[in-house]
Amino acid sequence: MNKKMLMPKKETIAGYMFILPFLIGFFAFFVPMLIKSVIYSFSNMTVESGGYVLSGAASNGFEHYIRALFIDPDYNRDLLKAVKDMFLNVPLVLIFSFFAANLLNQKFRGRGIARSIFFFPVILTSGILMSIEASDLLISTLGPENALSADDANTVFNVSRFLIEYTGLPTALVMYLSKSVLGIYDIVVASGVQILIFLAGLQGISPSLFEASNMEGATAWENFWKITFPMISPLILVNSIYTIIDSFTSAGNELMTVIKRTIFTDVKFGYGSAMAWIYFLVIAVLISSISVVVARKVFYMD
Amino acid sequence: MNKYKVRIRLTLPAMSRLLWSIVRAVIVFGICFVILYPLYLKLSVSFMDEKDLYDATVHYVPKNFTLDNYKRVLAGLEYGRAFINTLALSALVSGLQLFACMLTAYGFARFYFPGKNLLFACVIFTLIVPPQIVMLPMFMNFRFFDLFGLFKRAMGHSLNLIDTPWPLIIQAMTCMGFKNGLYIYMLRQYFKGLPKELEEAAFVDGCGRFRTFIQIMLPSSVPMMVTVFLFGFVWQWTDSFYVGMYLPKACLFSNQLSSLAQVMARQYQNMSGSMNFVSPGFASMVNNTGSILIMLPLIILYLFCQSYFVEGIERSGIVG
Repeated sequence: MNKKMLMPKKETIAGYMFILPFLIGFFAFFVPMLIKSVIYSFSNMTVESGGYVLSGAASNGFEHYIRALFIDPDYNRDLLKAVKDMFLNVPLVLIFSFFAANLLNQKFRGRGIARSIFFFPVILTSGILMSIEASDLLISTLGPENALSADDANTVFNVSRFLIEYTGLPTALVMYLSKSVLGIYDIVVASGVQILIFLAGLQGISPSLFEASNMEGATAWENFWKITFPMISPLILVNSIYTIIDSFTSAGNELMTVIKRTIFTDVKFGYGSAMAWIYFLVIAVLISSISVVVARKVFYMD
Repeated sequence: MNKYKVRIRLTLPAMSRLLWSIVRAVIVFGICFVILYPLYLKLSVSFMDEKDLYDATVHYVPKNFTLDNYKRVLAGLEYGRAFINTLALSALVSGLQLFACMLTAYGFARFYFPGKNLLFACVIFTLIVPPQIVMLPMFMNFRFFDLFGLFKRAMGHSLNLIDTPWPLIIQAMTCMGFKNGLYIYMLRQYFKGLPKELEEAAFVDGCGRFRTFIQIMLPSSVPMMVTVFLFGFVWQWTDSFYVGMYLPKACLFSNQLSSLAQVMARQYQNMSGSMNFVSPGFASMVNNTGSILIMLPLIILYLFCQSYFVEGIERSGIVG
């Protein structure tokens, strides 16, 4: 009796001890900082040598929010553009990384080298390297996206026209696809971690499932849709959330650059915080609605 | 007729397999090309003379091959000093956050305690909230740092930790660094996948929980550790967000690289007095050379760790 009472208690304490670093970080830094950030966005702040002084902002504290949404000429446009870019890019990144992971999961000669190269963008596009590359005029004019000669542009135009005229696909879809072909570099570069996550999922599928279905005479196509896709569907959710987060925390995100500049260069603390919060709330709503929609379709093995 | 059918049956799968392997090779090659092409472009620009940039006949291969860019940029970046500082900082930060995240992940993977699911949701929540949201309070917190008013009472003022590595170290130790939620998630999945029997055996033999963790779990999770360390190291190496905020004056690669073009232009100006603005060509040349030089150690590290990296990812089996 006594022993039984003791055992779980010990385990509980041990569990809390192990996650102690996170507990400290979360409750001593993260939560207070989050609350402070909300307070900042509702107030005007002046920094003095010994500390900082907060005073309530005008219009019941909503001054900065009103300014961002209704007065600032650029903010709404930047916000819409950021959200639009995200909507256009996330499906492409997901499809590409899923495709690439399937490719890298097959056996072929040179697979090791191909894998190392596919994961290369994780290094190539981090932090300062990305922002330097984005600001580089010469490479961006020579770069794959803008290196279109007249011939290339013509080809793209003709192919698009052909698709629109003869296949009856909607014009918007064709334009979207041809644009994404031109932006392939951005997509490839944004999908390093996602490929890793999908690949890990693919490796986790038990081979016995495939053996059984092959015995029953299933084709590779059927295997893909009946086994691979359902088994990996939870990761589609994980990856779409990761991609969304990645797209708005990356160094190349223009809106985040604007926010950082507002705070540290223009020294408008309250206004910058309000801008960041509006952006985050928009993203949070998007993420939760996407997860609700996707989570319904997801198949869980256990 | 019968014969014909048989032949098709025999050759069709082989044919389609061959066809697919050709298509696959083309696709893989194409994607590799897309990834490596900009890298090659950087490399070729870094060996060019400025004349080549404005010469329309020069494509991809420099006409006036020169190492001048490298010489200048090595000096402009203060490469040696910046390399040692960045190496020390990145190794320290990524090592600390690896350890903190491993402890946390192990706690989540193996123990049952009240509120576990809620707390794990908190981990994911920290991943979703962009660091930009808490950037300003974090900055203020470390600018006027205090622990329960202790420093103020002892010294009369709060501590200024800006321009010291302490903010980064504190964040790393408390799992609040860049994308640490992702590491905790990956490590937890990995630990969950390891068999419990070894730990139970060690535990029955009287090994404490912490010692079990150090002696049994650590050695069997080397691939995942390398993976997480590599992520942390690379992201810290090139990080401009936290470094720009906490260590704006330090001689680190990301600071050096972001001001490189201007520094170089100023040196030029002092020498000749003729160059009044940073021409895009010059800036590009300098920046590309700098990027190559900063990437180089990472690429070497990546090639060394690559097999662990892929293995760690494969064995994590991040399903569910």
